[in-house]
Amino acid sequence: MITAQMAIFLILAAVTVAGALSLILQRHPIHSALSLIVVMVALAGLYLLQGAEFVAAVQIIVYAGAIMVLFIFVIMLLNAGEEERTNVSRLARFVGVPLAVAFLAEVAYWVGRATSQLGSAPQETVSTRDLSTLLFREFVFPFELTSFLILIALLGALVLARREESD
Amino acid sequence: MVPTSYFLVLSAVLFGLGVIAFIFKRNILTIFMSIELMLNAVNLAFVSFSRLLGQLQGQVFVFFVIVVAAAEAAVGLAIIILIHRNRGTLNVENVDSLKD
Repeated sequence: MITAQMAIFLILAAVTVAGALSLILQRHPIHSALSLIVVMVALAGLYLLQGAEFVAAVQIIVYAGAIMVLFIFVIMLLNAGEEERTNVSRLARFVGVPLAVAFLAEVAYWVGRATSQLGSAPQETVSTRDLSTLLFREFVFPFELTSFLILIALLGALVLARREESD
Repeated sequence: MVPTSYFLVLSAVLFGLGVIAFIFKRNILTIFMSIELMLNAVNLAFVSFSRLLGQLQGQVFVFFVIVVAAAEAAVGLAIIILIHRNRGTLNVENVDSLKD
């Protein structure tokens, strides 16, 4: 008898893995970007399942709503086309892909075996007040540093992507 | 109640898929998106451990990872725009002038 939580987890995990596979298998980068948005929204659902409401909201608003929109704007701006069919060597296709799948399976197996005794955590929703108390008392210095970092990134992106003005 | 190891295995699978996409794809934008996928997988691991240990530092770190990913995406995409403007291609195999 699968509980409702396990059912929700299985559905969201399946959507996440399907989105990640779609990111790899699609040829046009815009399809990959939309698959990544699906992955991010499903991950926000998984954060909600674990009681992390603030992280889920920040994930949807900032990650899926701003960063991925930036990606899509750049894809449209550069008019990125489909990946052309290059002559990928036989070695890469017939040896590389099975080896990559084997790598993935082995990593998943060993992580599962190493953490199988951890058990499950009590179900409680983290309050945003506790998170913000931690963020603005213990972590206020990294917080100010990240605001500085965003300012630097903003200036850098502006200067880099600016068109040269010919006088 | 979902065991924590299920979340960690999912995080490992997502990270592995991000690494595979990083290695196999040729379009620079798709490679960049695979980096974001890897960061998301790590965020899931952070939130899972934060819930297991009952501490909030994991979620604060997720907040910082998202902020740093935003800054990195902005600057990285500006660099990609410059590469496209100067080379005319988005294929990483054609941007190899530093190779011998």
